[in-house]
Parts: sequence; C-alpha cells; structure tokens
Amino acid sequence: MSVITCSDLSLGYDGKVVVEHLDFRVDAGDYLCIVGENGSGKSTLMKTLLKLKSPLSGQITMGEGLRQTEIGYLPQQTVVQKDFPASVEEVVLSGCLNRMGLFPFYRKKERDLARTNMQKMGVEHLAKHCYRELSGGQQQRVLLARALCATRKLLLLDEPVAGLDPKVTAEMYELIYRLNREDKITVIMISHDIAAAVRYASHILHIGHTPLFFGPTREYCQSAIGKAFAAAEEVAL
Amino acid sequence: MNAIFEKLAMYFQFPFVQYALIVGILIAFCSSLLGTTLVLKRFSFIGDGLSHVAFGAMSVAAVVGLTNDMWLVLPVTILCAVLLLCSGQKAKIKGDAAVAMISVGALALGYLVTNLFSTSANISSDVCTTLFGTTSILTLTKLEVWLCAILSVAVVAVFVLFYNKIFAVTFDENFAQSAGTRVNLYNLIMAIVIAVVIVLAMNLVGSLLISALIIFPSLSAMRVFKSFRSVILCSAITSVLCAALGILISIVAGTPVGSTIVAVDIAVFLLYTLAGWILRRAKH
Ligand SMILES: Nc1ncnc2c1ncn2[C@@H]1O[C@H](COP(=O)(O)OP(=O)(O)OP(=O)(O)O)[C@@H](O)[C@H]1O
Ligand SMILES: [Mg+2]
Repeated sequence: MSVITCSDLSLGYDGKVVVEHLDFRVDAGDYLCIVGENGSGKSTLMKTLLKLKSPLSGQITMGEGLRQTEIGYLPQQTVVQKDFPASVEEVVLSGCLNRMGLFPFYRKKERDLARTNMQKMGVEHLAKHCYRELSGGQQQRVLLARALCATRKLLLLDEPVAGLDPKVTAEMYELIYRLNREDKITVIMISHDIAAAVRYASHILHIGHTPLFFGPTREYCQSAIGKAFAAAEEVAL
Repeated sequence: MNAIFEKLAMYFQFPFVQYALIVGILIAFCSSLLGTTLVLKRFSFIGDGLSHVAFGAMSVAAVVGLTNDMWLVLPVTILCAVLLLCSGQKAKIKGDAAVAMISVGALALGYLVTNLFSTSANISSDVCTTLFGTTSILTLTKLEVWLCAILSVAVVAVFVLFYNKIFAVTFDENFAQSAGTRVNLYNLIMAIVIAVVIVLAMNLVGSLLISALIIFPSLSAMRVFKSFRSVILCSAITSVLCAALGILISIVAGTPVGSTIVAVDIAVFLLYTLAGWILRRAKH
C-alpha cells in the first residue's frame, strides 16, 4: 500500500529550480533513505512532502487513510530561542496537539502517550528539565519523542544524528530501525551517513538536482552511482 | 503606617481611584499573558510600534475630519499587527526590524500629513498623549471600566482555550504546521487580540506603560522559572501585584501612575534576577 507517491515533481524557491523530475513511491513499512550532497535539495523535498512549501510543478499523492495530522517530523535544525522557557514534558506533549482536534486541553490519553514516548527515547528522567539546558543529543531525543507523539504511521527525519557522538549515533539508528521494524512506522530519513543508510534502509533515493537513483538498497550497492558515492565517502559497501 | 492606611481608605471612597485600580490590574493581567509570547517571538517593542501606527492613523483621521477616529485607528492598527505577526518564520524582515520599520514609518507619515494639511496642529502634545494616554488613568469613566472588563474576559478566554496551541506555534512553528496545526489561524487570532488590547489600553494608560507591562513581567519570570506554564503564571501574578502596588504608591506619594508602575516593575525585575542567580548558585 503506497503512503506517498511523487510524480514528475519539481521543487525550488521563488521560481528557481532546485530539484526536478522526481518520481518515487514509498510503501507502508518502507525505510527510505535520501542521500545527496549539501545543497542538493533533500531538506527542500522533505519540506514539500510536509506541505510546508508548495512544489513548482508535479504531484504528491498521500496514500489512503494518511492524514496530515498523522505525520511526525524531526527538523534538521530547530532554531529555538536561546531563552525559551520550556520543559521537556511540554515540548513532547506539544507533539500530541494534532490528536486533539478542537479540544483545548491535554487529556490523560495524551499525557500517557507522551510518557511512553519519553521512556522509549530514554529521556523520561529529564521530563521536568528545561529543554534548552540539555545537550544536543538529549535535545534530539526529545524532538524524536515529540515526533513519535505526532505519528502512528509516518516519520520524516532530517539528519537525525547530526552532531551526535558515535555511540549515541548508533543508538539512535537502532531506535529508528526498531520503530520501523516493531512499530511498523514508515520512515523517510535524510542522511549523509551512507554506511548506515545502506545498512538500515530498505530503499535509497539519491538526488543531485535531478534524481540520480531510486530503488531498493541492494540495487543501489551494485549501481555505479552508489559505488562512486561510497568510494568518495570511503565506505565499503 | 496608620496614617498611610487612613489616607488610602480615604482615597478609595472616590470612584475614580477604584476605577484606576481595576483597569490598571486588568490591563496588567492581559498584557502579561500576551507578553510572554511576544517577548519570545522577538516582538517586545510591538506596543510602542503599534501606538505609533495608531498615532499616524489618528493624524490622518484628523485631517480627513472623522469625528470618531476609532473607526480608522482600530482597523489600521489591527492590519499592521496582522502584517507583523502573521508572516511568522517565513518573513524576510522580521522581529525588531519589522516593528521598527512600521513604527518609524507611521510616525513620520503621521507627522508629515498633519504638517501638510492641518492648520492648528499641536504636534508635541499629540505625541505626548499617545505616549502617556489621552485620558489619564485617573479620569476613567464607568463605561471604560466595563469595556476593559469585557475585553479582559475575552482575552483570558482566548488565551486559555488556545494555550497549548499558542505554546506549540511559539516554540516551533514549522513542526506545528507539519503536524497539521493551523498555524496561520492561530497567528491571526493572536495578532487581532494583541492589536485590540494595545489600541484600547493605549487610550487608557498610554503606550509607554503598555510596553513596560508587556516586557517586564515576562522577563522577570524568565529569570527564575524554566517551563512555559510556570513563566506564564508567574508573570501574570507578578504583573498584577506590581500594577496594584504601583497604583497604591502613586496615590500615597502623589507620583505619576504610569511611571510609578514601571518603576515597581524594574525593582521587581532586579529582585527576580538576584533570586534566579541565587537559585542557580544553590543548585551547584
Ligand atoms: N529558504 C530558501 N530560500 C531560497 N533558497 C533556498 C532556501 N533554502 C534552501 N535554498 C536553496 O535550495 C537548495 C537546496 O537546499 P536544501 O536545504 O534542500 O539542501 P540539502 O540537500 O538539505 O543540503 P544539506 O545536506 O546541507 O542539508 C540550496 O541550493 C539552497 O541554496
Ligand atoms: Mg538539509
């Protein structure tokens, strides 16, 4: 069952094209990794999938039964004001907002969900702490917990491990992999870590102004572009 | 001490003193609720900016010859607030720069219009009244007190009903929008509420006091508290207490009301800064 289908999609800013002729399809339960150089348009694609900006041309079809309010998103950068007073609990709870419709307050259901997801991400003991006083890795976990509150079906992650140490990076990848495997959440992730991408993802989308490759990970490892990219990153496939 | 209480008791028999206290507290409460979001969105000076816009609109209304200038002032000010607050994180010019631009522009255009078309303009007194209020807080009528009360109830209702949404949109607009929250709608609601509060309060107590009431309580609360909810609660309580104290002092000491409230706010800010510093020390 397809979750997102893009056909002949062109993206850009103010009429200036960044990526064009994107054609791909993500099925339920897939783990798609988007790779490409800096500035190749990965974040732009993700923002378009999230309807934060509109495409220049082409179409995005959301699968049946997937509403905008069932998508979880982890942004590449969250520019939070240096002095923003917000506890971890408040940040994670704000991910539940889309479940409540017009009801104005969080109910027990939402509080339980937030607690479960904080436990999953191992930040439950930080619940009362101030978000901006956490380390980068802890902040990333909190934001992932927030994204989990917002979704049951689809998770979009923009460089979730940027700035994390190797140990935490590995943990983070395991976490995401488990969410995909055990909780059957479809994952679309942007990453520069080609080794991790081919290890965990089921599909790869490689973009660089035009789509260079889309298909299952196995085929990507055999393709010329995959080999060249991996060689440049000094990774053995 | 007893003499002070007797003096206060005597003054409180006058309705205008009661009105001043009620309106002062209500406006302090409303602006502190709105203040935290405004400070966090880098719109601390919006009170000042919008009051200049209102001044510009008043000048135009005077030149055109409108009898009741509210019909021009309120829509124009709301429009500017909407322009400032609704462009959100996508704006090319934002925060302090946008406020400064609109404020300075409106002031200059208002002055220009008055100078070109008006024969008997008393510019400096006009500027002075927008700064310190057209009717001093001590000459309020019963109608104005009621208006203020109704407005406060509306502001509190909007704030409580949309509290969680306001937090999400202020904290991370992109995430909120990606999750399907109607960011533009909530920004619009907030902008309208803010504009209405500022325009009405500006007439009652002047724009100087409004700006102070928006920034000081929330900045004070942020020195000590670290979660959104506690900051909001603390700033609302602080704001109300400071306003009440300021009005009482000004009655007893015969000082100007607005400036006295601001002075109390400054003192409390220093106190909270000290408290925050001591608390952080104590933790280590
Ligand atoms: N807000 C913007 N306005 C105009 N152009 C933009 C904007 N954001 C990005 N661009 C341009 O679009 C192109 C793609 O940017 P994008 O952020 O999608 O790259 P990316 O693939 O995510 O790169 P990175 O690996 O560095 O995150 C870049 O050339 C950039 O200059
Ligand atoms: Mg990017």
